[in-house]
Amino acid sequence: MANSYVRLTSIFTACLVVALLVVAADSGTARAQEQVLNLYSSRHYQTDDALYADFTRQTGIVINRLEADGSALLERLKNEGENSPADILITVDVGRLWAAESAGLFGAVDSEILNQRIPAHLRHPDGLWFGFSTRARVIVYNRDLVDPAELTRYEDLANPKWRGQICIRSSGNIYNLSLLAGMIAHMGAEAAEEWARGVVANFARDPQGGDTDQIRSVASGECSIGLANTYYYARLLLSEEERDKQVIARTGVIFPNQDDRGTHVNISGAGMIASAPNRENAVRFLEYLASDTAQRYFADGNNEYPVVESLLDSPALEQMGAFKADEINVSVSGVNQAEAQRVFDRAGWK
Amino acid sequence: MKRPSAITLVTFLLAGLFAIPVVTVVAHLFYPATDTWAHLVDTVLASYIQNSLWLIIAVGAGTLVIGAGTAWLVTMCRFPLRAGFEWALILPLAVPSYVIAYAYTDFFQFAGPFQQAIRELMGWGMQEFRLPNIRSLGGAMIVFTLVLFPYVYLIARTAFLQQSVSVLEVSRSLGASPRQAFFRVALPLARPALAAGVALALMETLADFGAVSYFGVPTFTTGIYRAWFSMGDKIAAAQLSTLLLVFVALLLSLEAWSRRKRRYHHTTGQYRRLKRFELRGWRAGAATLACGLPVFLGFVLPALILANLAIGAGDGQITARYLGLVRNTLTLGLLTAALAVPVALLVAYAMRRRGGLAITAAGRIAGLGYAIPGSIIAVGVLIPFAAFDNMLDGLARQWFGISTGLLLTGSILALVFAYLVRFLSVALQTTEAGLQKITPSMDAAAATLGAGPGRTLLRVHAPLLKGSLLTAYLLVLVDVMKELPATLIMRPFNFDTLAVQAHNLASDERLAEAALPALTIVLVGLVPVILLSRIVARSRPGEDAAAPAGGGTERVTIVTG
Repeated sequence: MANSYVRLTSIFTACLVVALLVVAADSGTARAQEQVLNLYSSRHYQTDDALYADFTRQTGIVINRLEADGSALLERLKNEGENSPADILITVDVGRLWAAESAGLFGAVDSEILNQRIPAHLRHPDGLWFGFSTRARVIVYNRDLVDPAELTRYEDLANPKWRGQICIRSSGNIYNLSLLAGMIAHMGAEAAEEWARGVVANFARDPQGGDTDQIRSVASGECSIGLANTYYYARLLLSEEERDKQVIARTGVIFPNQDDRGTHVNISGAGMIASAPNRENAVRFLEYLASDTAQRYFADGNNEYPVVESLLDSPALEQMGAFKADEINVSVSGVNQAEAQRVFDRAGWK
Repeated sequence: MKRPSAITLVTFLLAGLFAIPVVTVVAHLFYPATDTWAHLVDTVLASYIQNSLWLIIAVGAGTLVIGAGTAWLVTMCRFPLRAGFEWALILPLAVPSYVIAYAYTDFFQFAGPFQQAIRELMGWGMQEFRLPNIRSLGGAMIVFTLVLFPYVYLIARTAFLQQSVSVLEVSRSLGASPRQAFFRVALPLARPALAAGVALALMETLADFGAVSYFGVPTFTTGIYRAWFSMGDKIAAAQLSTLLLVFVALLLSLEAWSRRKRRYHHTTGQYRRLKRFELRGWRAGAATLACGLPVFLGFVLPALILANLAIGAGDGQITARYLGLVRNTLTLGLLTAALAVPVALLVAYAMRRRGGLAITAAGRIAGLGYAIPGSIIAVGVLIPFAAFDNMLDGLARQWFGISTGLLLTGSILALVFAYLVRFLSVALQTTEAGLQKITPSMDAAAATLGAGPGRTLLRVHAPLLKGSLLTAYLLVLVDVMKELPATLIMRPFNFDTLAVQAHNLASDERLAEAALPALTIVLVGLVPVILLSRIVARSRPGEDAAAPAGGGTERVTIVTG
């Protein structure tokens, strides 16, 4: 009896010791002498690995990465305070850039390179954050079921004529929140809610899945209209898989509101943390993101629109064509985000 | 009054420690209120409550029926493939609910291969054939039931195995049919264990974010996320979390209340090798099907779908980085499990020994984290830990002029602590269910023979608890390896796990590439799961004596002969 207890204890102890050794070995490899950059990023694109590797190759600066959801990173940064190891925060939407800015997390960067290369409406006036790529939220339609001439504005999605035909993801999704936040800025909360109600009435099914799922559903005929970010569509456009080629053959893309305010775009951007321990490296990293090489990674790797406009020639982006973007001050997405969630809730958009 | 023993004191201390994150979250209630609550009540709260309730009812019933039913079949009956099902029924435990949600959506959705194949086979058009949508409340019920029933199965099976055969034989000799023996004797005796298993399954269901958000089913958890992260309203999130906790507390006390003063103890230690009821004909077929279907749907099919996707994604996926992911995942799991078991044993033991209201409450509070979504726990850990780190840094600067930086925040230690808060309940419930089987008369005998509480624990209880403790260890191990949201927020730099990688790829909508890490979570989880089933099979008192090392071979001979 006592024997088995001893055996049990030794199994536990052995596991504990092994685990502790692994942890110790891990922290022992911390590189003290190397130049580092500590990056908190909510970009979740696999193609970014090449981007970071290239930065390290060019500068010798090693990047330590922590990737998580934008709001989670914000929460961690706020609590870590002055002692946070973070140098840079990257987000995939302007709402979170605004939230970080208003929480006082960003420090100002004054760089000639950045000011020169990035258009003024895509960066903070005081250099608190910079946009490095944009993505448009476009309408995807089934070629057999929809005449694109009848669907030229976001407002048209609320037209009762599309009853039971729209597929879209949930209202908690940041891309939908940003879109509605922009609409609130343009038309006011009441009209935006009216619009949301109209779209909800046209749902083919409860909101679910991601953008690619909506595109596939549109292609399959489960619904005829969907909303998606451009890079998800571009990824299918470039895919070699038969299944994806069929999806592209059956669907088309509409850039909404070309005759008035322009298509809603969101920014993936970054700023330097006010308490950054490696300030010089942080600025070098931001400048690198605006360089031709990095901008090409965004455009060719992940099919995002580079902010340096001379580089808009990647194959998928060219195929989708040029468009007019909504140039409303991007910060409104942040200001109106909570309101947007409430409007969605009231409209019954799950 | 008796002086509280060291065990009691340590238990209060531990309970206090593990309560910190939960208290931190709930404490936000006392901040000035916002109007978000009124907004939630007006709009979405009703659907949160409704969906969560339906999930609880369906998953509770589903896991109970499948878990207890299959456990009884493989323990007490003989039918084709029984020995295989004995361990295979645990396999779905290795599949995280978000992973099975991804896999089933890809396979069963309107545009997926299953429906496409049927359409092609029957020559139907796109709009002519559609199955009910898997991404729905119904789909969530099915998915949760499929991967969570093993909790009930495991604990129920341990309970059935440890029930003295003589109790059952007495019931048979008094004229009970096998059915009656099950419903009137075995089931009531196993009741505390079944309740513990269902409670685990339900708490896991309530805390889940990955599957329900992917399915677009709004529950309390998705509501808490939205309040906190979309609306930036911590107070509303705290209010929802508190409501969720009240929900869980009600659930737990409902079972305790319905049991009231009844105690379920065996009064005899007479064990003999089990004689299983022989099932024949359609009964045998039905039993095989009843055990086979949950294994197929909960494990085999999702694993096949993932394997197919992973193979489609091409070679070159197994890199040094991938192996690092496996190592990190295992490290966290082993470390947490090794800490969770002793803590759970201590707390469960103190609760059993003293049995007072205060200590029971302390134990329950220590286990509450299981019902709270991982990211909320993470924020609950982050706030006090970062505050502590910054305070320490401030003092060190003031006194010694040096900066300590952030000692705990962003360390593995903080992450493991978050896991412990989240999963202690798993270890606790399992240990408690094991302790139920130790009769007070054994304690009394030990005391009569002059053993103190510590000695009784070490020499009498621990050996008897071996099976339960190992079960607890392996359950926590598997749970930690599947955990996602807390890991995402709390992990150190460059420290990714399989779950994190699968999530990153899936949120980048690269399901095919996410398949390999997802499948690996399942495969890595299989090792402890298989160990688990072997241990439980051998933990039956009397089984050891009757069939020492050669037991396995003996059975093989029967099968092949």
